[in-house]
Amino acid sequence: MAPLLEIRDARRTFLTPEGGRLAALDGVSLSVEANEFVTLLGPSGCGKTTLLRAISGFEALDSGTMVLDGADLSALPPFRRPVNTVFQSYALFGHMTVARNVGYALEVAGVAKSQREVQVAEVLEKVGLAGLGARRPGQLSGGQRQRVALARSIIAKPRLLLLDEPLSALDRNLRQQMQLELKSLQHALGIAFIFVTHDQEEALTMSDWIVVMRAGKIEQIGTPREIYRQPKNRFVAEFIGETNLFPVTVDRVEGGDALARTADGVELRLPVLGRKAGEQVTAILRPADFTLGPTGIPGRVSRAVYLGSDLYLFVQPQAGGPEIRVIARDNQDAREGSAVHLSHDPARVHVLEAG
Amino acid sequence: MALRRQSVVLGVLLAPVTLFLGIFFLLPLCIIAVFSFLTPGLYGGVEWTFYHWNYGRIFGWADGFIEIFEPVYLQILWRSLSFAALTVILTLILCYPVAFWVSRLSDRWRLVFLFLITLPFFSSLIVRLYAWLLILKPTGLLNTVLLNIGLISEPLEILYTPAAVVLGMVYVMVPFMFLPLYASVDTLDRAQIEASLDLGANRVQTFLKVVLPQTLPGIIGGAVIVFIPSVGNFVVPDVLGGAKGLMIGNLVEQQFLSSRNWPFGSALSMIIMAVVLTVLMVSVRRAKKVGGHA
Ligand SMILES: Nc1ncnc2c1ncn2[C@@H]1O[C@H](COP(=O)(O)OP(=O)(O)O)[C@@H](O)[C@H]1O
Ligand SMILES: [Mg+2]
Repeated sequence: MAPLLEIRDARRTFLTPEGGRLAALDGVSLSVEANEFVTLLGPSGCGKTTLLRAISGFEALDSGTMVLDGADLSALPPFRRPVNTVFQSYALFGHMTVARNVGYALEVAGVAKSQREVQVAEVLEKVGLAGLGARRPGQLSGGQRQRVALARSIIAKPRLLLLDEPLSALDRNLRQQMQLELKSLQHALGIAFIFVTHDQEEALTMSDWIVVMRAGKIEQIGTPREIYRQPKNRFVAEFIGETNLFPVTVDRVEGGDALARTADGVELRLPVLGRKAGEQVTAILRPADFTLGPTGIPGRVSRAVYLGSDLYLFVQPQAGGPEIRVIARDNQDAREGSAVHLSHDPARVHVLEAG
Repeated sequence: MALRRQSVVLGVLLAPVTLFLGIFFLLPLCIIAVFSFLTPGLYGGVEWTFYHWNYGRIFGWADGFIEIFEPVYLQILWRSLSFAALTVILTLILCYPVAFWVSRLSDRWRLVFLFLITLPFFSSLIVRLYAWLLILKPTGLLNTVLLNIGLISEPLEILYTPAAVVLGMVYVMVPFMFLPLYASVDTLDRAQIEASLDLGANRVQTFLKVVLPQTLPGIIGGAVIVFIPSVGNFVVPDVLGGAKGLMIGNLVEQQFLSSRNWPFGSALSMIIMAVVLTVLMVSVRRAKKVGGHA
């Protein structure tokens, strides 16, 4: 079956005020299946908004193709595309009531008023705004406005919903609540979501697929677990979550493990598969991959941060080199200044081939 | 305590303005209101006896003996209102698209344009209107050009017609329409236009449902600022209008300067004011309703 949305080699350059050229999209290829939750993740300025605007029709591509549901998108003006957007600024119509905002797509499509009212009430109920239809957007809180924007964009049942950092203006608690609600709403509606964020935690919790972008290019596409456990390169590894990166040289292959050490002499054990003595690679270990025990890398806790059930430790290896970040259970006897040994399961180490 | 000190300070600060408006605005207004109900003096001025025929002459309860009802006053009032309305419509049609265009210019060109639009204020209105007279007269610039390129075989009779008056008023009023319009167009939320298109509204629907309502305060503001001085305008018809271009402002002017009938002139002024106030109140109420809580 053909994917819902297929983007091939999309390119878009802008002229900068300084007279240079800036590739906001530099050969982006992406396909989205029906009913998937896809997240575009990347630092600010990497081209996420530009990609969304190209899909919704507000930005033309220099080259490349976009096919939605078998139809070439480039020929369609924004109002003919079966795609709706939740704008970062919400862009609610300030001169209309909430109900009219929400029913706008139906109003312009010529749906009769009585039928419209039924659907508007239904959607308002769905996003938890029942009874607020008579208000103006100016009389709502930030979280409520966000819900109005959401309700407005799903009422016409688009094939694809684009969300441009919709949660970035909300405070932390509300944001976490909305993350869960959005995810379950997406599931219930059966609409494919392309969700933009620069918050890796948000991406990990919500997505079926994460698309990591940098400077107009896609660095990696994968499930949250793949992106987290098997990043393709340093950029992805460092962008997603807390990471310990060790540039190491493989010492020898011994039994089931490959022994490797950093330039400072910190010793790590890597999965043996494909390792040869003398090669240089980068080993990636997440903070939770270390355990405190009687054996392993000797070091001293230089800082301990209490996180509730966990302890976040910065451990200075005895051999030298940068501090290692470790998440340990709070029941362990580790405090600032105490000597510890860090052990790890070789299977949990992800290896980047290039050093 | 603090509150009282504040109100004292406020009182001191506001006193000069209050005094100024009281003496130079409210007082003359009261004098005109009173004069409009007094008997005209034989050689100008007023006699201090009550006299309602000033209004009778205009609205038709004159007895045909002391004062004669002349429908021409109502006709001229009606004409002034239509000229003013026409001026509002024409300036609006001219300025609305231009406001959009200017709001899209780069910062530098926008500044240049805004300077150009205020440029006329630097020179005398009379001089500028005489320039129009030179352009419009039978041997003027317009006719010469049109004759030479063969579009017409005889000079157009534009000068001293209602058309010339409306043209002149449009010319004078364009900046007053443009500035409030531009202010509302410039603050228009682009994202809302995109949201409308995104939700399936075509360009016409987007204009009618989003752009127009959002710029309505500017439209109403511009319309009020243009309409009010246009109704009472007498300079433009003085220079460019003939007998058929006479407006109510000219009548008032005549009553005070040549006919020396101050009470009648005052009555005419009161009527202009009543009309203008009505228009103002209606449009302010409209704007409030549209603006809502947004
Ligand atoms: N209309 C534009 N004109 C010039 N440069 C632009 C324009 N839109 C975006 N850019 C540039 O393109 C790059 C990508 O922008 P954007 O897609 O908004 O990034 P993101 O949404 O990932 O933060 C940025 O460097 C931005 O400055
Ligand atoms: Mg963005």
